[in-house]
Amino acid sequence: MSFEPKIVGFLCNWCSYAGADLAGTSRIHYPPNLRVIRVMCSARIDPTFVLRALAGGADGVLICGCHPGDCHYSEGNYKAMRRYPLLKQVLAQYGVEDARVRLEWVSASEGQRFADVVTDMTEKIHALGPSRIRAHLQLDKVER
Amino acid sequence: MAPEKKLQIALYWGAACGGCDVAVLDTNEFILDVAALADIRLWPIAVDGKYRDVEAMQDGELDLTIFSGAVRNSENERIAKLLRQKSKLLVAFGSCAHMGGIPGLANTTTREAIFDRAYLHNPSIEQGSQTIPRPETKVAAGTLDLPSFYRRVYKLADIVDVDYYVPGCPPAPSQVKAVLLAIAQGDLPPKGSVVGAADQAVCDECTREKKEKKLKRFYRPWEIIQDPAKCLMDQGILCAGAATRGGCGVRCPNTGQGCRGCYGPLPNVIDHGAKFLSAVASIIDSNDPEEIRKVLEGIPDFACIAYRFGMPASLLQRNLQS
Repeated sequence: MSFEPKIVGFLCNWCSYAGADLAGTSRIHYPPNLRVIRVMCSARIDPTFVLRALAGGADGVLICGCHPGDCHYSEGNYKAMRRYPLLKQVLAQYGVEDARVRLEWVSASEGQRFADVVTDMTEKIHALGPSRIRAHLQLDKVER
Repeated sequence: MAPEKKLQIALYWGAACGGCDVAVLDTNEFILDVAALADIRLWPIAVDGKYRDVEAMQDGELDLTIFSGAVRNSENERIAKLLRQKSKLLVAFGSCAHMGGIPGLANTTTREAIFDRAYLHNPSIEQGSQTIPRPETKVAAGTLDLPSFYRRVYKLADIVDVDYYVPGCPPAPSQVKAVLLAIAQGDLPPKGSVVGAADQAVCDECTREKKEKKLKRFYRPWEIIQDPAKCLMDQGILCAGAATRGGCGVRCPNTGQGCRGCYGPLPNVIDHGAKFLSAVASIIDSNDPEEIRKVLEGIPDFACIAYRFGMPASLLQRNLQS
């Protein structure tokens, strides 16, 4: 059976979720590998969410928020912007490949851009292969 | 009238430094009350007692086992399982048993890399030495065995069912005393509780003055003359107090060091390091990705800071290569 990546997407309600909706209503085609979770703001995306998705078997995690300066809550996306590089540093120390977690800004008018981001990320994770995190955690229970 | 039966207890260390045992002794003369109250059946650091004596016990013969240390090798696992079988109550005592502790940081690397560093390529060993620990060695008199070194470090609850957790590196002696008394009196909270600690963050108990946090750079403690009255994070010195369970008496910030996080996450938090990460990154005073990157260069090796005492208890638990 060929590998189909499971990607969890956390999309902010005001820009990126509307951008994804626009991609849909505009009938733009993109891979069906993204499982979308709508959150009120990219600042709501606790790093715990990303780690939990990966530990639970996600092959990738996409975080999308409003472009800098456009946050519905003025500065929520700046919080996401600051946490992301530190989270990436921690993930690298855990040995998680760079392409598995990604932050992108997508506005409500950028349906095409949303489709392009999902397509590109799906292709990159396809090339990377399945995440080994969940299998390792299962294996640790029986093999010391 | 027959004298009331004494409590039967065991204290054991897995992968630990012995500091938790010292914390028990740091209860000073109280330890004599413990001795009057209880028969200590096994305590490798302080009293004699052999594994075979424990093996000869009935199941549940021990009232209490206080287990400090993580599970790093097959001996730790074997004794953890043995003591679980023989004890009515098993307490994970100290950060290592609770969350993996400092030994848990070995989960950032591999068994092979550890052996290479410790036994093969190290300035303090004989050059060219190829001696590494093997589970079995054949000699003229027969086969010698050593515990086998696991690929990664586990917290105690990964191996056996744990009744209570006492956090801390080491647990504060006052809390040790309170916990021992509670058990002696049968005054027990629900199974699985964290005892001997607060439900609020270290910051709640810390008396340093706290203001809105905005940072342009982080400082190592030696890079700055700190103001002892002000919040360490306000001054750019990393402190895990905001994300860490209190009850320790604010030991580190009171002596000018940032909280290391040894009491573990607050109640209902899944991943301690993720919460610390959020708190640290959010207060960077910049909206420019390049400048943020530069500020973050001031805190390299953040995984080992965020999960200093709890990598095996984190969501990802270990490096994928290990």
